[in-house]
Amino acid sequence: MEGFPVSLQQPLVSDHQLARLLQIGVVLEEVVEARAYEHARSLDDADLDPETEALLEEAAEESAEHRERLEGLVDELEAESVPFDEIQALVEQQYESDADFDGVLYDQLCNEETAYKFYDDLIEAIEGSDVRFSVDRDRLLATLESIREDEAAGVEDVTRLMEARE
Amino acid sequence: MEVVGVNTADQYLKAIYLVQELENGPASTGRVAEMLDVSPASANEMIGKLEDSGLLDHEKYKGVDLTDEGIQRARDALQTYCIIERFLVEVLDVEEFRAEATQLQSVIDETVAERLDTIIDREPQCPDCFAPEADVCSLLELEADAAD
Repeated sequence: MEGFPVSLQQPLVSDHQLARLLQIGVVLEEVVEARAYEHARSLDDADLDPETEALLEEAAEESAEHRERLEGLVDELEAESVPFDEIQALVEQQYESDADFDGVLYDQLCNEETAYKFYDDLIEAIEGSDVRFSVDRDRLLATLESIREDEAAGVEDVTRLMEARE
Repeated sequence: MEVVGVNTADQYLKAIYLVQELENGPASTGRVAEMLDVSPASANEMIGKLEDSGLLDHEKYKGVDLTDEGIQRARDALQTYCIIERFLVEVLDVEEFRAEATQLQSVIDETVAERLDTIIDREPQCPDCFAPEADVCSLLELEADAAD
Protein backbone atom coordinates (compact mmCIF):
# COMPACT_ATOMS: atom_id res chain seq x y z
CA MET A 1 0.00 0.00 0.00
CA GLU A 2 3.01 2.32 -0.25
CA GLY A 3 2.70 5.47 -2.21
CA PHE A 4 -0.72 6.59 -1.03
CA PRO A 5 -1.05 10.33 -0.63
CA VAL A 6 -0.23 11.44 2.86
CA SER A 7 -2.90 14.10 3.12
CA LEU A 8 -4.11 12.68 6.39
CA GLN A 9 -0.74 12.60 8.04
CA GLN A 10 -1.00 14.60 11.21
CA PRO A 11 2.51 15.85 11.73
CA LEU A 12 3.89 16.08 15.21
CA VAL A 13 3.33 19.77 15.80
CA SER A 14 3.59 20.55 19.46
CA ASP A 15 5.20 19.85 22.81
CA HIS A 16 1.80 18.65 23.91
CA GLN A 17 1.65 15.93 21.27
CA LEU A 18 5.23 14.90 21.90
CA ALA A 19 4.57 14.71 25.64
CA ARG A 20 1.48 12.58 24.99
CA LEU A 21 3.45 10.11 22.90
CA LEU A 22 6.21 9.91 25.50
CA GLN A 23 3.56 9.33 28.18
CA ILE A 24 2.27 6.44 26.10
CA GLY A 25 5.85 5.15 25.88
CA VAL A 26 6.08 5.27 29.67
CA VAL A 27 2.84 3.29 30.00
CA LEU A 28 4.02 0.71 27.45
CA GLU A 29 7.20 0.21 29.49
CA GLU A 30 5.15 -0.07 32.66
CA VAL A 31 2.95 -2.69 31.03
CA VAL A 32 6.02 -4.69 29.99
CA GLU A 33 7.48 -4.46 33.47
CA ALA A 34 4.27 -5.42 35.24
CA ARG A 35 3.56 -8.29 32.84
CA ALA A 36 7.07 -9.64 33.33
CA TYR A 37 6.40 -9.79 37.09
CA GLU A 38 3.04 -11.46 36.52
CA HIS A 39 4.59 -14.00 34.16
CA ALA A 40 7.30 -14.86 36.65
CA ARG A 41 4.66 -15.31 39.33
CA SER A 42 2.28 -17.37 37.17
CA LEU A 43 5.00 -19.78 36.09
CA ASP A 44 6.07 -20.43 39.65
CA ASP A 45 9.03 -22.48 40.75
CA ALA A 46 8.19 -25.78 39.13
CA ASP A 47 8.07 -24.37 35.62
CA LEU A 48 10.45 -21.48 35.76
CA ASP A 49 13.87 -22.38 34.41
CA PRO A 50 16.78 -20.06 35.29
CA GLU A 51 17.10 -18.71 31.76
CA THR A 52 13.48 -17.66 31.50
CA GLU A 53 13.59 -16.24 34.98
CA ALA A 54 16.66 -14.21 34.09
CA LEU A 55 15.03 -13.02 30.88
CA LEU A 56 11.93 -11.80 32.69
CA GLU A 57 13.99 -10.12 35.37
CA GLU A 58 16.12 -8.36 32.78
CA ALA A 59 13.05 -7.28 30.84
CA ALA A 60 11.54 -5.75 33.97
CA GLU A 61 14.78 -3.95 34.85
CA GLU A 62 15.27 -2.66 31.36
CA SER A 63 11.72 -1.35 31.18
CA ALA A 64 12.13 0.43 34.50
CA GLU A 65 15.27 2.08 33.17
CA HIS A 66 13.59 3.11 29.90
CA ARG A 67 10.67 4.45 31.83
CA GLU A 68 12.90 6.67 33.93
CA ARG A 69 14.57 8.10 30.88
CA LEU A 70 11.21 8.81 29.23
CA GLU A 71 9.85 10.31 32.44
CA GLY A 72 12.77 12.73 32.44
CA LEU A 73 11.72 13.96 28.99
CA VAL A 74 8.04 14.13 29.96
CA ASP A 75 9.02 16.25 32.99
CA GLU A 76 10.96 18.64 30.81
CA LEU A 77 7.86 19.07 28.66
CA GLU A 78 5.98 19.94 31.83
CA ALA A 79 3.66 16.98 31.62
CA GLU A 80 3.07 14.18 34.07
CA SER A 81 3.68 10.45 33.82
CA VAL A 82 1.27 7.83 35.04
CA PRO A 83 2.75 6.26 38.20
CA PHE A 84 3.88 2.64 37.90
CA ASP A 85 1.65 1.31 40.67
CA GLU A 86 -1.42 2.59 38.81
CA ILE A 87 -0.50 0.67 35.65
CA GLN A 88 0.58 -2.36 37.66
CA ALA A 89 -2.88 -2.48 39.26
CA LEU A 90 -4.53 -2.32 35.83
CA VAL A 91 -2.28 -5.08 34.49
CA GLU A 92 -3.07 -7.26 37.50
CA GLN A 93 -6.80 -6.75 37.03
CA GLN A 94 -6.76 -7.77 33.38
CA TYR A 95 -3.97 -10.30 33.46
CA GLU A 96 -4.84 -13.72 32.19
CA SER A 97 -2.19 -16.21 32.95
CA ASP A 98 -0.42 -17.52 29.89
CA ALA A 99 0.21 -20.58 32.01
CA ASP A 100 3.09 -22.09 30.08
CA PHE A 101 6.49 -21.11 28.81
CA ASP A 102 5.55 -20.73 25.21
CA GLY A 103 2.79 -18.30 26.10
CA VAL A 104 5.06 -16.29 28.34
CA LEU A 105 7.92 -16.15 25.88
CA TYR A 106 5.57 -15.29 23.07
CA ASP A 107 4.12 -12.44 25.12
CA GLN A 108 7.61 -11.22 25.90
CA LEU A 109 8.44 -11.31 22.21
CA CYS A 110 5.31 -9.24 21.45
CA ASN A 111 6.34 -6.77 24.15
CA GLU A 112 9.77 -6.21 22.66
CA GLU A 113 8.52 -6.08 19.09
CA THR A 114 5.74 -3.68 19.95
CA ALA A 115 8.06 -1.40 21.86
CA TYR A 116 10.49 -1.43 18.94
CA LYS A 117 7.71 -0.51 16.52
CA PHE A 118 6.49 2.26 18.80
CA TYR A 119 9.91 3.92 19.13
CA ASP A 120 10.60 3.44 15.44
CA ASP A 121 7.37 5.21 14.46
CA LEU A 122 7.92 7.92 17.06
CA ILE A 123 11.46 8.62 15.83
CA GLU A 124 10.16 8.80 12.27
CA ALA A 125 7.42 11.22 13.30
CA ILE A 126 9.92 13.44 15.12
CA GLU A 127 12.33 13.37 12.20
CA GLY A 128 9.47 14.29 9.86
CA SER A 129 8.52 17.32 11.92
CA ASP A 130 10.35 20.63 11.83
CA VAL A 131 8.87 21.92 15.07
CA ARG A 132 11.22 23.21 17.75
CA PHE A 133 10.32 21.28 20.87
CA SER A 134 11.28 22.51 24.33
CA VAL A 135 13.53 19.50 24.74
CA ASP A 136 16.71 19.38 22.75
CA ARG A 137 15.97 17.50 19.54
CA ASP A 138 19.33 15.72 19.34
CA ARG A 139 19.13 14.50 22.89
CA LEU A 140 15.51 13.45 22.39
CA LEU A 141 16.36 11.43 19.29
CA ALA A 142 19.51 9.96 20.84
CA THR A 143 17.50 8.78 23.85
CA LEU A 144 14.78 7.21 21.73
CA GLU A 145 17.29 5.61 19.38
CA SER A 146 19.19 4.03 22.22
CA ILE A 147 15.96 2.66 23.71
CA ARG A 148 14.97 1.34 20.29
CA GLU A 149 18.31 -0.46 20.09
CA ASP A 150 17.66 -2.14 23.44
CA GLU A 151 14.30 -3.33 22.14
CA ALA A 152 15.91 -4.78 19.02
CA ALA A 153 18.40 -6.64 21.22
CA GLY A 154 15.49 -7.79 23.37
CA VAL A 155 13.72 -9.30 20.35
CA GLU A 156 16.90 -11.21 19.56
CA ASP A 157 17.28 -12.49 23.12
CA VAL A 158 13.73 -13.83 23.29
CA THR A 159 13.98 -15.35 19.83
CA ARG A 160 17.20 -17.11 20.80
CA LEU A 161 15.60 -18.52 23.92
CA MET A 162 12.54 -19.65 21.98
CA GLU A 163 14.70 -21.38 19.39
CA ALA A 164 16.79 -23.07 22.06
CA ARG A 165 13.63 -24.53 23.54
CA GLU A 166 12.41 -26.01 20.28
CA MET B 1 6.62 7.48 5.02
CA GLU B 2 5.18 4.01 4.53
CA VAL B 3 3.49 3.73 7.90
CA VAL B 4 1.50 6.86 7.32
CA GLY B 5 0.53 5.63 3.87
CA VAL B 6 -1.01 2.49 5.29
CA ASN B 7 -2.64 4.41 8.10
CA THR B 8 -4.05 6.91 5.64
CA ALA B 9 -5.74 4.10 3.74
CA ASP B 10 -7.07 2.69 7.01
CA GLN B 11 -8.43 6.06 8.05
CA TYR B 12 -10.31 6.33 4.76
CA LEU B 13 -11.71 2.83 5.16
CA LYS B 14 -12.83 3.61 8.70
CA ALA B 15 -14.49 6.87 7.58
CA ILE B 16 -16.27 5.13 4.69
CA TYR B 17 -17.44 2.38 7.02
CA LEU B 18 -18.91 4.92 9.44
CA VAL B 19 -20.56 6.97 6.69
CA GLN B 20 -22.07 3.76 5.31
CA GLU B 21 -23.45 3.00 8.75
CA LEU B 22 -24.91 6.48 9.07
CA GLU B 23 -26.39 6.46 5.57
CA ASN B 24 -27.40 2.84 5.70
CA GLY B 25 -26.11 2.27 2.19
CA PRO B 26 -23.31 3.43 -0.07
CA ALA B 27 -21.27 6.38 1.19
CA SER B 28 -21.23 9.58 -0.82
CA THR B 29 -17.68 10.70 -1.53
CA GLY B 30 -18.58 14.23 -0.40
CA ARG B 31 -19.52 13.01 3.03
CA VAL B 32 -16.37 10.90 3.29
CA ALA B 33 -14.27 13.97 2.39
CA GLU B 34 -16.14 15.98 4.99
CA MET B 35 -15.58 13.42 7.71
CA LEU B 36 -11.86 13.34 7.01
CA ASP B 37 -11.61 17.07 6.49
CA VAL B 38 -9.97 16.68 3.07
CA SER B 39 -10.85 18.08 -0.36
CA PRO B 40 -13.28 16.08 -2.54
CA ALA B 41 -10.46 15.76 -5.10
CA SER B 42 -8.14 14.07 -2.57
CA ALA B 43 -10.96 11.82 -1.43
CA ASN B 44 -11.71 10.79 -5.01
CA GLU B 45 -8.07 10.05 -5.68
CA MET B 46 -7.74 7.84 -2.61
CA ILE B 47 -11.06 6.12 -3.26
CA GLY B 48 -9.80 5.25 -6.75
CA LYS B 49 -6.69 3.64 -5.24
CA LEU B 50 -8.71 1.72 -2.67
CA GLU B 51 -10.94 0.48 -5.47
CA ASP B 52 -7.87 -0.71 -7.41
CA SER B 53 -6.81 -2.61 -4.27
CA GLY B 54 -10.18 -4.38 -4.19
CA LEU B 55 -11.23 -2.79 -0.90
CA LEU B 56 -14.31 -1.02 -2.22
CA ASP B 57 -16.65 -0.62 -5.17
CA HIS B 58 -17.34 2.86 -6.46
CA GLU B 59 -20.36 3.60 -8.58
CA LYS B 60 -20.78 7.09 -9.95
CA TYR B 61 -23.75 9.01 -8.52
CA LYS B 62 -24.39 6.18 -6.09
CA GLY B 63 -21.37 6.22 -3.89
CA VAL B 64 -18.87 3.91 -2.32
CA ASP B 65 -19.48 0.42 -0.98
CA LEU B 66 -16.78 -1.46 0.96
CA THR B 67 -16.01 -5.02 -0.12
CA ASP B 68 -15.78 -7.75 2.53
CA GLU B 69 -12.03 -7.23 2.71
CA GLY B 70 -12.54 -3.48 2.99
CA ILE B 71 -15.06 -3.97 5.80
CA GLN B 72 -12.62 -6.17 7.69
CA ARG B 73 -9.83 -3.62 7.46
CA ALA B 74 -12.18 -0.78 8.33
CA ARG B 75 -13.37 -2.62 11.44
CA ASP B 76 -9.78 -3.30 12.50
CA ALA B 77 -8.95 0.39 12.07
CA LEU B 78 -12.06 1.38 14.00
CA GLN B 79 -11.12 -1.01 16.78
CA THR B 80 -7.64 0.53 17.00
CA TYR B 81 -9.27 3.96 17.19
CA CYS B 82 -11.61 2.74 19.95
CA ILE B 83 -8.65 1.39 21.93
CA ILE B 84 -6.80 4.70 21.64
CA GLU B 85 -9.89 6.69 22.69
CA ARG B 86 -10.62 4.44 25.62
CA PHE B 87 -6.99 4.42 26.69
CA LEU B 88 -6.87 8.22 26.61
CA VAL B 89 -9.99 8.44 28.76
CA GLU B 90 -9.41 5.59 31.19
CA VAL B 91 -5.66 5.74 31.71
CA LEU B 92 -4.53 9.26 30.84
CA ASP B 93 -7.73 11.20 31.72
CA VAL B 94 -7.60 13.20 28.50
CA GLU B 95 -10.55 15.52 28.00
CA GLU B 96 -10.02 16.22 24.30
CA PHE B 97 -9.72 12.51 23.60
CA ARG B 98 -11.49 12.57 20.22
CA ALA B 99 -9.15 15.09 18.67
CA GLU B 100 -6.12 13.46 20.26
CA ALA B 101 -7.15 9.96 19.16
CA THR B 102 -7.50 11.25 15.61
CA GLN B 103 -3.97 12.65 15.77
CA LEU B 104 -2.54 9.57 17.43
CA GLN B 105 -4.01 7.04 15.04
CA SER B 106 -1.41 8.01 12.45
CA VAL B 107 1.43 7.21 14.86
CA ILE B 108 0.01 4.40 17.01
CA ASP B 109 -0.34 1.23 14.99
CA GLU B 110 -2.39 -1.88 15.56
CA THR B 111 0.30 -3.83 17.44
CA VAL B 112 0.94 -0.97 19.85
CA ALA B 113 -2.80 -0.53 20.36
CA GLU B 114 -3.06 -4.23 21.23
CA ARG B 115 -0.64 -3.71 24.12
CA LEU B 116 -2.57 -0.68 25.35
CA ASP B 117 -5.66 -2.87 25.12
CA THR B 118 -4.27 -5.12 27.89
CA ILE B 119 -5.05 -2.47 30.53
CA ILE B 120 -8.42 -1.09 29.44
CA ASP B 121 -11.99 -2.36 29.76
CA ARG B 122 -13.16 -2.93 26.24
CA GLU B 123 -16.34 -4.85 25.53
CA PRO B 124 -16.22 -7.98 23.39
CA GLN B 125 -18.67 -6.52 20.86
CA CYS B 126 -16.17 -3.78 19.94
CA PRO B 127 -16.32 -2.07 17.43
CA ASP B 128 -20.09 -2.60 17.05
CA CYS B 129 -20.75 -0.34 20.03
CA PHE B 130 -19.10 2.63 18.34
CA ALA B 131 -21.51 5.56 17.88
CA PRO B 132 -20.48 7.40 14.69
CA GLU B 133 -22.39 10.62 15.47
CA ALA B 134 -20.76 11.00 18.87
CA ASP B 135 -17.39 9.77 17.54
CA VAL B 136 -16.95 7.57 20.59
CA CYS B 137 -17.87 4.13 21.90
CA SER B 138 -21.43 4.26 23.20
CA LEU B 139 -20.42 2.15 26.20
CA LEU B 140 -17.58 4.37 27.33
CA GLU B 141 -18.48 6.19 30.51
CA LEU B 142 -17.50 9.80 30.27
CA GLU B 143 -17.39 11.83 33.44
CA ALA B 144 -17.84 15.10 31.61
CA ASP B 145 -20.99 13.86 29.88
CA ALA B 146 -22.43 12.51 33.10
CA ALA B 147 -22.11 15.96 34.63
CA ASP B 148 -24.10 17.62 31.82
